[in-house]
Amino acid sequence: MDKTVVVVPMYNEGPVVAEVLAALRASFTRIVCVDDGSADDSAAVARSAGVLVLRHSVNLGQGAALQTGFDYVLRHTDATHAVTFDADGQYRVDDAVAMVEVAAATGVDIVLGSRNLGRTEGQPVARRILMRSALAFSRRSTGLELTDTHNGLRVLNRRALAAMCLRQRGMAHASEIESRIRSADLSWREHPITMTYTDYTRRKGQSNINALNVVFDLAAERIGATL
Amino acid sequence: MIIRVFLIASIGAASWWLLQGRATGHRLAVTRVGALLVAAAAVVAVLVPSLVTDVANLVGVREGPNLLLYVLIVVFAFTSIVQAARLRDLDSRIARLTRAQALLEVEMGAKAESSVDG
Repeated sequence: MDKTVVVVPMYNEGPVVAEVLAALRASFTRIVCVDDGSADDSAAVARSAGVLVLRHSVNLGQGAALQTGFDYVLRHTDATHAVTFDADGQYRVDDAVAMVEVAAATGVDIVLGSRNLGRTEGQPVARRILMRSALAFSRRSTGLELTDTHNGLRVLNRRALAAMCLRQRGMAHASEIESRIRSADLSWREHPITMTYTDYTRRKGQSNINALNVVFDLAAERIGATL
Repeated sequence: MIIRVFLIASIGAASWWLLQGRATGHRLAVTRVGALLVAAAAVVAVLVPSLVTDVANLVGVREGPNLLLYVLIVVFAFTSIVQAARLRDLDSRIARLTRAQALLEVEMGAKAESSVDG
Protein backbone atom coordinates (compact mmCIF):
# COMPACT_ATOMS: atom_id res chain seq x y z
CA MET A 1 0.00 0.00 0.00
CA ASP A 2 3.06 2.26 0.18
CA LYS A 3 2.97 2.68 -3.58
CA THR A 4 -0.62 3.87 -3.52
CA VAL A 5 -1.95 7.40 -3.05
CA VAL A 6 -5.56 7.87 -1.98
CA VAL A 7 -7.14 10.95 -3.57
CA VAL A 8 -10.03 12.32 -1.53
CA PRO A 9 -11.97 15.18 -3.15
CA MET A 10 -13.89 17.12 -0.52
CA TYR A 11 -16.24 20.05 -0.39
CA ASN A 12 -17.72 21.15 2.94
CA GLU A 13 -17.35 17.73 4.54
CA GLY A 14 -16.19 19.03 7.93
CA PRO A 15 -18.52 16.89 10.07
CA VAL A 16 -17.38 13.52 8.67
CA VAL A 17 -13.99 13.97 7.05
CA ALA A 18 -11.94 13.33 10.20
CA GLU A 19 -13.58 9.95 10.67
CA VAL A 20 -13.16 8.99 7.01
CA LEU A 21 -9.49 10.02 6.99
CA ALA A 22 -8.79 8.17 10.25
CA ALA A 23 -10.23 5.01 8.72
CA LEU A 24 -8.12 5.49 5.58
CA ARG A 25 -4.94 6.10 7.57
CA ALA A 26 -5.31 2.73 9.24
CA SER A 27 -4.62 1.08 5.88
CA PHE A 28 -2.95 3.70 3.66
CA THR A 29 0.15 5.76 4.36
CA ARG A 30 -0.23 8.27 1.55
CA ILE A 31 -3.42 10.29 1.38
CA VAL A 32 -4.04 13.56 -0.43
CA CYS A 33 -7.20 15.59 0.13
CA VAL A 34 -8.28 18.01 -2.55
CA ASP A 35 -10.29 20.70 -0.81
CA ASP A 36 -12.51 22.16 -3.49
CA GLY A 37 -12.88 25.63 -2.02
CA SER A 38 -14.79 24.53 1.09
CA ALA A 39 -16.37 27.29 3.15
CA ASP A 40 -16.17 25.23 6.34
CA ASP A 41 -13.18 23.87 8.28
CA SER A 42 -12.71 20.76 6.10
CA ALA A 43 -9.18 21.72 5.08
CA ALA A 44 -8.06 22.40 8.67
CA VAL A 45 -9.63 19.17 9.89
CA ALA A 46 -7.87 17.22 7.15
CA ARG A 47 -4.52 18.88 7.93
CA SER A 48 -4.82 18.07 11.59
CA ALA A 49 -5.57 14.47 10.60
CA GLY A 50 -2.06 14.52 9.16
CA VAL A 51 -2.85 14.27 5.45
CA LEU A 52 -1.62 16.47 2.63
CA VAL A 53 -4.24 19.01 1.54
CA LEU A 54 -4.35 20.58 -1.91
CA ARG A 55 -6.59 23.59 -1.86
CA HIS A 56 -8.65 25.05 -4.70
CA SER A 57 -9.10 28.73 -3.96
CA VAL A 58 -12.51 28.66 -5.66
CA ASN A 59 -15.03 25.85 -5.93
CA LEU A 60 -14.72 24.08 -9.27
CA GLY A 61 -16.56 20.76 -8.91
CA GLN A 62 -15.62 17.20 -8.09
CA GLY A 63 -14.26 16.42 -11.56
CA ALA A 64 -11.78 19.29 -11.33
CA ALA A 65 -10.79 18.25 -7.80
CA LEU A 66 -10.03 14.71 -8.94
CA GLN A 67 -7.96 15.98 -11.86
CA THR A 68 -5.92 18.13 -9.47
CA GLY A 69 -5.29 15.03 -7.37
CA PHE A 70 -4.32 13.03 -10.47
CA ASP A 71 -1.90 15.75 -11.59
CA TYR A 72 -0.33 15.75 -8.14
CA VAL A 73 0.12 11.97 -8.13
CA LEU A 74 1.66 11.99 -11.60
CA ARG A 75 3.99 14.95 -11.10
CA HIS A 76 4.98 14.79 -7.47
CA THR A 77 4.92 11.14 -6.46
CA ASP A 78 6.29 7.82 -7.66
CA ALA A 79 3.08 6.00 -6.75
CA THR A 80 2.02 3.14 -8.99
CA HIS A 81 -1.68 3.48 -8.18
CA ALA A 82 -4.18 6.11 -7.12
CA VAL A 83 -7.45 5.41 -5.36
CA THR A 84 -10.40 7.81 -5.65
CA PHE A 85 -12.37 7.83 -2.43
CA ASP A 86 -15.27 10.15 -1.52
CA ALA A 87 -14.99 12.13 1.70
CA ASP A 88 -18.56 11.57 2.84
CA GLY A 89 -18.06 8.07 4.22
CA GLN A 90 -20.11 6.08 1.71
CA TYR A 91 -17.28 3.67 0.98
CA ARG A 92 -15.41 1.11 3.02
CA VAL A 93 -11.65 1.20 3.31
CA ASP A 94 -11.53 -2.62 3.11
CA ASP A 95 -13.01 -2.43 -0.39
CA ALA A 96 -10.38 0.10 -1.46
CA VAL A 97 -7.60 -2.12 -0.12
CA ALA A 98 -9.02 -5.15 -1.94
CA MET A 99 -9.27 -3.17 -5.17
CA VAL A 100 -5.64 -2.03 -4.95
CA GLU A 101 -4.60 -5.65 -4.43
CA VAL A 102 -6.62 -6.70 -7.47
CA ALA A 103 -5.08 -3.90 -9.56
CA ALA A 104 -1.56 -4.85 -8.47
CA ALA A 105 -2.11 -8.57 -8.96
CA THR A 106 -3.78 -8.38 -12.37
CA GLY A 107 -1.94 -5.34 -13.78
CA VAL A 108 -5.25 -3.96 -15.03
CA ASP A 109 -5.24 -0.19 -15.76
CA ILE A 110 -8.39 0.73 -13.86
CA VAL A 111 -10.54 -1.06 -11.30
CA LEU A 112 -14.05 0.30 -10.84
CA GLY A 113 -16.10 -0.30 -7.71
CA SER A 114 -19.52 -1.78 -8.39
CA ARG A 115 -22.31 -1.53 -5.85
CA ASN A 116 -24.41 -3.87 -7.96
CA LEU A 117 -21.89 -6.69 -7.75
CA GLY A 118 -21.64 -5.96 -4.04
CA ARG A 119 -24.18 -4.54 -1.64
CA THR A 120 -25.92 -1.23 -1.18
CA GLU A 121 -27.37 -0.28 2.14
CA GLY A 122 -30.12 2.27 2.66
CA GLN A 123 -30.39 3.44 -0.95
CA PRO A 124 -33.63 5.33 -1.58
CA VAL A 125 -35.93 3.84 -4.23
CA ALA A 126 -35.86 6.95 -6.44
CA ARG A 127 -32.07 6.82 -6.45
CA ARG A 128 -32.12 3.16 -7.39
CA ILE A 129 -34.36 3.83 -10.39
CA LEU A 130 -32.21 6.77 -11.44
CA MET A 131 -28.98 4.76 -11.14
CA ARG A 132 -30.50 2.00 -13.25
CA SER A 133 -31.29 4.38 -16.11
CA ALA A 134 -27.89 6.05 -15.72
CA LEU A 135 -26.29 2.62 -16.05
CA ALA A 136 -28.24 1.88 -19.24
CA PHE A 137 -27.11 5.24 -20.61
CA SER A 138 -23.45 4.61 -19.69
CA ARG A 139 -23.41 1.13 -21.19
CA ARG A 140 -24.90 2.46 -24.37
CA SER A 141 -22.66 5.50 -24.73
CA THR A 142 -19.38 3.78 -23.82
CA GLY A 143 -20.03 0.30 -25.18
CA LEU A 144 -18.54 -1.11 -21.95
CA GLU A 145 -20.36 -3.95 -20.19
CA LEU A 146 -20.52 -2.05 -16.90
CA THR A 147 -22.58 -3.28 -13.96
CA ASP A 148 -22.48 0.09 -12.17
CA THR A 149 -21.86 3.69 -13.11
CA HIS A 150 -20.89 6.94 -11.39
CA ASN A 151 -19.31 4.98 -8.56
CA GLY A 152 -16.67 7.14 -6.89
CA LEU A 153 -14.47 4.28 -5.68
CA ARG A 154 -11.81 3.47 -8.29
CA VAL A 155 -8.19 2.40 -8.55
CA LEU A 156 -6.11 3.76 -11.43
CA ASN A 157 -2.53 2.99 -12.39
CA ARG A 158 -0.24 5.65 -13.87
CA ARG A 159 -1.22 4.81 -17.42
CA ALA A 160 -4.89 5.35 -16.58
CA LEU A 161 -4.10 8.56 -14.66
CA ALA A 162 -2.22 9.97 -17.63
CA ALA A 163 -5.15 9.16 -19.93
CA MET A 164 -7.74 11.05 -17.86
CA CYS A 165 -7.35 14.82 -18.49
CA LEU A 166 -10.85 15.44 -17.12
CA ARG A 167 -12.54 18.46 -18.61
CA GLN A 168 -15.90 17.97 -16.95
CA ARG A 169 -15.69 19.84 -13.70
CA GLY A 170 -19.00 18.72 -12.25
CA MET A 171 -20.43 15.26 -11.73
CA ALA A 172 -20.31 14.41 -15.44
CA HIS A 173 -16.63 13.55 -14.89
CA ALA A 174 -17.73 10.02 -13.94
CA SER A 175 -19.08 9.51 -17.44
CA GLU A 176 -15.92 11.10 -18.81
CA ILE A 177 -13.73 8.59 -16.95
CA GLU A 178 -15.76 5.75 -18.44
CA SER A 179 -15.43 7.14 -21.94
CA ARG A 180 -11.64 7.58 -21.47
CA ILE A 181 -11.43 3.83 -20.78
CA ARG A 182 -12.74 3.33 -24.31
CA SER A 183 -10.82 6.10 -26.08
CA ALA A 184 -7.46 5.38 -24.41
CA ASP A 185 -8.01 1.63 -24.71
CA LEU A 186 -7.45 1.03 -20.99
CA SER A 187 -7.89 -2.43 -19.53
CA TRP A 188 -10.49 -2.46 -16.80
CA ARG A 189 -12.44 -4.62 -14.43
CA GLU A 190 -15.05 -4.18 -11.76
CA HIS A 191 -14.88 -5.14 -8.14
CA PRO A 192 -17.84 -5.69 -5.81
CA ILE A 193 -18.07 -3.08 -3.07
CA THR A 194 -20.48 -2.18 -0.31
CA MET A 195 -21.99 1.28 -0.29
CA THR A 196 -23.71 2.73 2.71
CA TYR A 197 -26.21 5.53 2.36
CA THR A 198 -26.43 7.26 5.73
CA ASP A 199 -28.57 10.22 6.72
CA TYR A 200 -25.52 12.38 6.14
CA THR A 201 -24.85 11.14 2.61
CA ARG A 202 -28.53 11.37 1.73
CA ARG A 203 -28.64 14.96 2.94
CA LYS A 204 -25.27 16.00 1.60
CA GLY A 205 -25.04 13.88 -1.55
CA GLN A 206 -26.15 14.55 -5.08
CA SER A 207 -29.80 15.37 -5.56
CA ASN A 208 -31.48 13.27 -8.21
CA ILE A 209 -32.32 16.31 -10.29
CA ASN A 210 -28.57 16.85 -10.78
CA ALA A 211 -28.73 13.93 -13.24
CA LEU A 212 -30.26 16.41 -15.66
CA ASN A 213 -27.16 18.59 -15.34
CA VAL A 214 -24.95 15.60 -16.05
CA VAL A 215 -26.87 14.77 -19.24
CA PHE A 216 -26.79 18.41 -20.28
CA ASP A 217 -23.03 18.74 -19.62
CA LEU A 218 -22.33 15.64 -21.67
CA ALA A 219 -24.47 16.90 -24.56
CA ALA A 220 -22.75 20.29 -24.44
CA GLU A 221 -19.39 18.52 -24.48
CA ARG A 222 -20.31 16.69 -27.67
CA ILE A 223 -21.48 19.88 -29.38
CA GLY A 224 -18.53 21.77 -27.92
CA ALA A 225 -16.10 19.33 -29.43
CA THR A 226 -16.83 20.90 -32.80
CA LEU A 227 -16.80 24.53 -31.64
CA MET B 1 -39.19 34.54 -50.81
CA ILE B 2 -36.02 36.59 -50.65
CA ILE B 3 -36.30 36.66 -46.85
CA ARG B 4 -36.22 32.85 -46.72
CA VAL B 5 -33.05 32.74 -48.76
CA PHE B 6 -31.58 35.49 -46.60
CA LEU B 7 -32.47 33.87 -43.25
CA ILE B 8 -31.34 30.39 -44.24
CA ALA B 9 -28.13 31.77 -45.73
CA SER B 10 -27.41 33.77 -42.56
CA ILE B 11 -27.97 30.70 -40.38
CA GLY B 12 -25.63 28.78 -42.66
CA ALA B 13 -23.04 31.55 -42.51
CA ALA B 14 -23.29 31.73 -38.71
CA SER B 15 -22.81 27.95 -38.40
CA TRP B 16 -19.83 28.04 -40.74
CA TRP B 17 -18.40 30.90 -38.69
CA LEU B 18 -18.81 28.89 -35.46
CA LEU B 19 -17.04 25.88 -36.93
CA GLN B 20 -13.97 27.93 -37.81
CA GLY B 21 -12.22 27.03 -34.55
CA ARG B 22 -10.84 29.26 -31.86
CA ALA B 23 -11.25 33.02 -31.94
CA THR B 24 -8.46 34.84 -33.74
CA GLY B 25 -7.69 38.51 -34.24
CA HIS B 26 -9.16 38.26 -37.72
CA ARG B 27 -12.47 36.89 -36.45
CA LEU B 28 -12.64 39.51 -33.73
CA ALA B 29 -12.08 42.30 -36.29
CA VAL B 30 -14.81 40.96 -38.60
CA THR B 31 -17.22 40.68 -35.66
CA ARG B 32 -16.51 44.28 -34.67
CA VAL B 33 -17.00 45.57 -38.20
CA GLY B 34 -20.29 43.65 -38.29
CA ALA B 35 -21.36 45.28 -35.02
CA LEU B 36 -20.50 48.74 -36.44
CA LEU B 37 -22.58 48.04 -39.54
CA VAL B 38 -25.53 46.98 -37.38
CA ALA B 39 -25.16 50.19 -35.34
CA ALA B 40 -25.08 52.29 -38.50
CA ALA B 41 -28.17 50.51 -39.82
CA ALA B 42 -29.92 51.17 -36.50
CA VAL B 43 -29.18 54.93 -36.76
CA VAL B 44 -30.50 55.00 -40.32
CA ALA B 45 -33.63 53.11 -39.23
CA VAL B 46 -34.26 55.63 -36.47
CA LEU B 47 -33.84 58.60 -38.83
CA VAL B 48 -35.90 57.11 -41.64
CA PRO B 49 -38.32 54.54 -40.14
CA SER B 50 -40.10 53.99 -43.43
CA LEU B 51 -36.87 52.61 -44.86
CA VAL B 52 -37.21 49.49 -42.70
CA THR B 53 -40.62 48.76 -44.20
CA ASP B 54 -39.27 49.43 -47.69
CA VAL B 55 -36.44 46.97 -47.15
CA ALA B 56 -38.90 44.46 -45.65
CA ASN B 57 -41.15 44.72 -48.70
CA LEU B 58 -38.14 44.38 -50.94
CA VAL B 59 -37.20 40.99 -49.44
CA GLY B 60 -40.80 39.76 -49.25
CA VAL B 61 -41.77 40.57 -45.63
CA ARG B 62 -45.00 42.51 -45.12
CA GLU B 63 -44.06 44.65 -42.10
CA GLY B 64 -40.78 46.28 -41.14
CA PRO B 65 -40.96 45.11 -37.49
CA ASN B 66 -41.35 41.51 -38.67
CA LEU B 67 -38.09 41.78 -40.55
CA LEU B 68 -36.41 43.17 -37.43
CA LEU B 69 -37.74 40.24 -35.42
CA TYR B 70 -36.42 37.66 -37.87
CA VAL B 71 -32.98 39.24 -38.01
CA LEU B 72 -32.87 39.61 -34.24
CA ILE B 73 -33.66 35.92 -33.73
CA VAL B 74 -30.78 34.88 -35.94
CA VAL B 75 -28.39 37.32 -34.27
CA PHE B 76 -29.54 36.27 -30.78
CA ALA B 77 -29.06 32.56 -31.44
CA PHE B 78 -25.63 33.18 -32.95
CA THR B 79 -24.55 35.41 -30.05
CA SER B 80 -25.80 32.94 -27.43
CA ILE B 81 -23.81 30.10 -28.91
CA VAL B 82 -20.67 32.22 -29.18
CA GLN B 83 -21.04 33.37 -25.57
CA ALA B 84 -21.64 29.81 -24.33
CA ALA B 85 -18.47 28.66 -26.09
CA ARG B 86 -16.50 31.55 -24.58
CA LEU B 87 -17.84 30.80 -21.13
CA ARG B 88 -16.80 27.18 -21.39
CA ASP B 89 -13.37 28.25 -22.49
CA LEU B 90 -13.14 30.65 -19.57
CA ASP B 91 -14.32 27.93 -17.16
CA SER B 92 -11.57 25.60 -18.24
CA ARG B 93 -9.00 28.38 -17.90
CA ILE B 94 -10.11 29.06 -14.32
CA ALA B 95 -9.90 25.35 -13.56
CA ARG B 96 -6.35 25.12 -14.93
CA LEU B 97 -5.31 28.25 -13.06
CA THR B 98 -6.78 27.07 -9.76
CA ARG B 99 -5.17 23.65 -10.20
CA ALA B 100 -1.78 25.19 -10.91
CA GLN B 101 -2.10 27.35 -7.81
CA ALA B 102 -3.05 24.39 -5.61
CA LEU B 103 -0.07 22.37 -6.84
CA LEU B 104 2.27 25.35 -6.47
CA GLU B 105 1.18 25.89 -2.87
CA VAL B 106 2.10 22.31 -2.05
CA GLU B 107 5.47 22.63 -3.77
CA MET B 108 6.22 25.82 -1.85
CA GLY B 109 5.15 24.14 1.39
CA ALA B 110 7.43 21.17 0.70
CA LYS B 111 10.35 23.48 -0.04
CA ALA B 112 9.78 25.50 3.12
CA GLU B 113 9.67 22.30 5.15
CA SER B 114 12.87 20.88 3.68
CA SER B 115 14.71 24.16 4.28
CA VAL B 116 13.60 24.09 7.89
CA ASP B 117 14.79 20.50 8.22
CA GLY B 118 18.12 21.33 6.56
